[in-house]
Amino acid sequence: MTSANIRIDEATAPVRPILEIKDLAITFKTGSGEVKAVKNAHLTIMPGETVAIVGESGSGKSTTALAAIGLLPNNGRVSGGQILLDGEDIAHAPEKRMIELRGSHIGMVPQDPMSNLNPVWKIGYQVRETLKANGRPDGPEDVARVLAEAGLPDAARRAKQYPHEFSGGMRQRALIAIGLSCQPKLLIADEPTSALDVTVQRRILDHLDKMTTELGTSVLLITHDLGLAAERADKVIVMYQGNVVEAGPSLELLRNPQHPYTRRLVESAPSLASRRIQVAKEQGVEAEDLLAPVAVAKERSTDEILQIKNLRKIYKLRQGLGQTSDFAAVDDVSFTVKRGTTTAIVGESGSGKSTVAKMVLQLEKPTEGQIVFDGVDTAGLKGKDLFKFRRRVQPIFQDPYGSLDPMYNIFRTIEEPLRVHKIGNAASREKKVRELLDQVALPQSMMQRYPNELSGGQRQRIAIARALALDPEVIICDEAVSALDVLVQAQVLNLLADLQDNLGLTYLFITHDLAVVRQIADHVCVMEKGKLVETGSTDDVFDNPREAYTQALLDAIPGGSLLLPPAVA
Amino acid sequence: MVRFIFRRLLQVIPVFLGTTLLVYYMVFALPGDPIAALFGERQPPQSVIDALRAQYNLDQPFWVQYGLFLKNLFTFNLGVDFTQQPIAAALARAFPVTAMLAIEALIIQAVFGIAFGVFAGLKKGKLFDSTVLVVSLLVIAVPTFVLGFVFQLIFGVQLGWAKPTVGANADWGNLILPAVVLGLVSFAYVLRLTRASVSENMNADYVRTATAKGLSRPRVVIAHILRNSLIPVVTYLGANLGGLMGGAIVTEGIFNVPGVGNKLFQAIQRSEGPTIVAIVSVLVLVFVITNLLVDLLYAWLDPRIRYDQ
Amino acid sequence: MTSNTEHFVAPVEETPLLATDAVKTDQAPLSLWADAWRKLRRRPLFIVSSLLILLLVTVALFPGLFTSVEPNNDCQLSNSEGAPTAGHPLGFTLQGCDVYSRVIHGTQASLSVGVLSVLAVVIIGVTLGALAGYYGGWLDAVLARLGDIFFALPIILGALVITQLPLFRENRSVWTVVMTISLLAWPQMARITRGAVIEVRNADFVTAARSLGVSKFGALVKHALPNALAPVIVLATLELGVFIVLEATLSFLGVGLPGSVMSWGNDISAANASIRTNPGILLYPAAALSITVLSFIMLGDAVRDALDPKSRQR
Repeated sequence: MTSANIRIDEATAPVRPILEIKDLAITFKTGSGEVKAVKNAHLTIMPGETVAIVGESGSGKSTTALAAIGLLPNNGRVSGGQILLDGEDIAHAPEKRMIELRGSHIGMVPQDPMSNLNPVWKIGYQVRETLKANGRPDGPEDVARVLAEAGLPDAARRAKQYPHEFSGGMRQRALIAIGLSCQPKLLIADEPTSALDVTVQRRILDHLDKMTTELGTSVLLITHDLGLAAERADKVIVMYQGNVVEAGPSLELLRNPQHPYTRRLVESAPSLASRRIQVAKEQGVEAEDLLAPVAVAKERSTDEILQIKNLRKIYKLRQGLGQTSDFAAVDDVSFTVKRGTTTAIVGESGSGKSTVAKMVLQLEKPTEGQIVFDGVDTAGLKGKDLFKFRRRVQPIFQDPYGSLDPMYNIFRTIEEPLRVHKIGNAASREKKVRELLDQVALPQSMMQRYPNELSGGQRQRIAIARALALDPEVIICDEAVSALDVLVQAQVLNLLADLQDNLGLTYLFITHDLAVVRQIADHVCVMEKGKLVETGSTDDVFDNPREAYTQALLDAIPGGSLLLPPAVA
Repeated sequence: MVRFIFRRLLQVIPVFLGTTLLVYYMVFALPGDPIAALFGERQPPQSVIDALRAQYNLDQPFWVQYGLFLKNLFTFNLGVDFTQQPIAAALARAFPVTAMLAIEALIIQAVFGIAFGVFAGLKKGKLFDSTVLVVSLLVIAVPTFVLGFVFQLIFGVQLGWAKPTVGANADWGNLILPAVVLGLVSFAYVLRLTRASVSENMNADYVRTATAKGLSRPRVVIAHILRNSLIPVVTYLGANLGGLMGGAIVTEGIFNVPGVGNKLFQAIQRSEGPTIVAIVSVLVLVFVITNLLVDLLYAWLDPRIRYDQ
Repeated sequence: MTSNTEHFVAPVEETPLLATDAVKTDQAPLSLWADAWRKLRRRPLFIVSSLLILLLVTVALFPGLFTSVEPNNDCQLSNSEGAPTAGHPLGFTLQGCDVYSRVIHGTQASLSVGVLSVLAVVIIGVTLGALAGYYGGWLDAVLARLGDIFFALPIILGALVITQLPLFRENRSVWTVVMTISLLAWPQMARITRGAVIEVRNADFVTAARSLGVSKFGALVKHALPNALAPVIVLATLELGVFIVLEATLSFLGVGLPGSVMSWGNDISAANASIRTNPGILLYPAAALSITVLSFIMLGDAVRDALDPKSRQR
């Protein structure tokens, strides 16, 4: 991992890089002509070194990596430059040569563990065919060994199972096993863990580190997370709009970003921001000043607008042949939310955090317990009262592509709540829609557009405008920024913070990302397997976590261990 | 797997009961004298009416009638037709012929449909693909009975490559022409489905990963693209067996094949209600069973199915 | 220092920094339907098929524009199987009727059976399928079983049984054929709708509408159903062709339209006798039938491509 620098110093003769990309350009043929996805990419990976490419979606980072293993989509081609693998230019190598190289010289660990294993073949078969194609011994014991080395427990039995019997983390381990099974000299890891829970993510990355260090494999790591890149790689390459805009040793690049884009990235990266605030605090700067909008407006009343008491949700699971078993998705959860503040519920998938949100929104009925909203138990709400309640509590959902009706244009989308609640006439509603668009910093000219024309961040802002249309008091954000690129995410978080400051909104923020919590929340509730394991003010929980699980979550924030000098902040 | 088969078997029973009940109810239990209704304006001989009353237990309450009808069905006691010949014996002679015809048609549509579909899917947008697509559209647009007459005219009468009609001695050889006609429409559907499925799977993530593992192109195509693409095709082939039986009625009529479809065709033209009900019930039974087999094949092909439901 | 440790910075002019998440304003607003329409009208398949369908509809509505010969009344047995003559471009049938005129006048029956059956199937299938998919529970279970039963009955076999019912057999008309077809074909439409509704019923925008205060049924009608219509439209277009074939097949088998109704299926059936002596009598109505079916299938294909979510821009 960190041996590269030492080796360079020791070596008198220059060591030949394992991968060298020079002036790479990649062109895609699309319906509307040729598009240059990568314009000028260059990078060098020395033996045993880990190099990370960082960039947002569409920056060309994955395309560059795919070109290095000759897997560009059919409509894409290398239109310039060289890709030197161990000195051999493979940019235009015949397919026959690429088949020889893949697996044995270049391995790949793909992004999404759910879609990258063939669902109809057993895991063992998918490992075995890799060994076989590259001329390695491929008996059952070899397959089991390869899987065991990737950290899969009980490998011999697991090899006989199908992908759908594996959890996401186990599938990713199987994919790592496949990628490294033939000891390639170079491993391309394309966002290898971004689809997994943070704690799993950390364990798997640690294991990948260990394996590649032992084998002396060079790694080309593709990621959108600057913190993760800096923590895992010797060198970071920043790509933007198909160009490499900055490259250098990880820490050097983080501490001293030169290109304005890199600077912007470093400033917005939530995983780094958490550390930044703490460092800043030591300097005597209040965190609130750095993220001023989060500050609680003091003149406003701070009564407890939401009281959750012993909330429980039991689902009946079918066990076949008419038998059922109880599954507690939410188990005895109690917390309160003060008016005008932000409370975050943090947890991994299956922790029950979204179920809590659905119950607060009155979209699911609690099995037991109370949700008291502004002094009134919501359990009895029906008809008119429920309708009134809905005006005061509004949701914003995760998936920016699923939260807006594709058939409704932006005007109708934002106007719908007003029409449903019969507020105003056509003219006053249009005025309100225009105001709302102003509030979320989108041009009014957007009213006639449709969701499919907007980017993820813009859709999320439309969703916020829709949620604000009824002047609600509480907004429930269910993973509202998780699917967005870092910079866009920062922008939406700032917008939410501004709105809270101006309108005195109360947020219940459901997220898996502790780094985001640090940026926006006043209080944190940590959930694990349906239970509330820890709750407290954000500072308390981050500085002095009482529970081991919270500590594990905190440790898993990528880049959390990197110390940055205050100069950056 | 065993549990899956068991559960699937349990599902077949209500479907079969429901379907036969529907058919039986429509023919025998709607208002009016069923016997008179069965024959319409023609008056059958008294002996036939008596035989029918006995066969269908029309003096019993409806549910008893239906129960006895089921019992008769399962013991192949299907009664007699208007010429006092037992229907079961006639069916026993006709059934193998239809089976041969259907199997031949199934092979034609499966082999050619899948082969052309795979090549078209792998080379999407190329000349072969577009040609095959246009041809498949044309084939779908021509109804089976038109195709039957046209083929009979061209290959049977004008070119003399095959006998225009099959007649009493049906065998694999002289059934080829009707089998081609019967299989052709579904061939086009199989082709299009395979093509769509292949071209979709080609872009699947796991196919890219398989290539990244260092597998050769033929291995990727066979083990990962084909295997996955065939799942919906096999399901279609199974579901389409019913369509083949429907088509067999037309094809057997045109080519004078002495099969079940022809018997049904004649029964319809002579308005022999009881024969129609008997044959349709048997065909439904066959269809339900083959569908069950296809489902099991489907579960074997796609491991996810065994666990999902 | 070797190349791999140096700190490289690209000149800023090379990749100027754009505003984060800037709003595109260069294109006109585009709804999904407008987008589909834009794609559709460029496809030759769509242009050809819709022109053909336009022609067919005109022929069906105003047959008098295309022929002045009466298809039934001007028949003379002396013309039996006669070759084409002036004013009778396609010759004569066994009964001495004008083939061209019969082909023109047969259009109406085929098209009306097709259109009416599809309408009925869409109304029944979409209603039941949407309710089953959206609400689930016992309704879904009952409909699924019912659907299975109809699926177990191959459509031609089912049609044969239904048309043998006294009620149907004695009143054969366009309406009995439409009823027979829609009775047997709705389950497939219901299945497709059910699947499409299930796919969107848990979409965030439906949940969002519910939490705005839209009623459960309101969310189905306003949000879930409109987003589930694409596969319904595709299937409906394709089924138009399929039902026209089905009607012709039933008429050919003698259980479809009565002989008094002019239809291609009946004509093809009648031409059976003349196939070796004058195949034209059979081929012309067959060609008309095939062209009609082809038009609808081509249209369905084009519509499917245009509505394919994968081809939508994001």
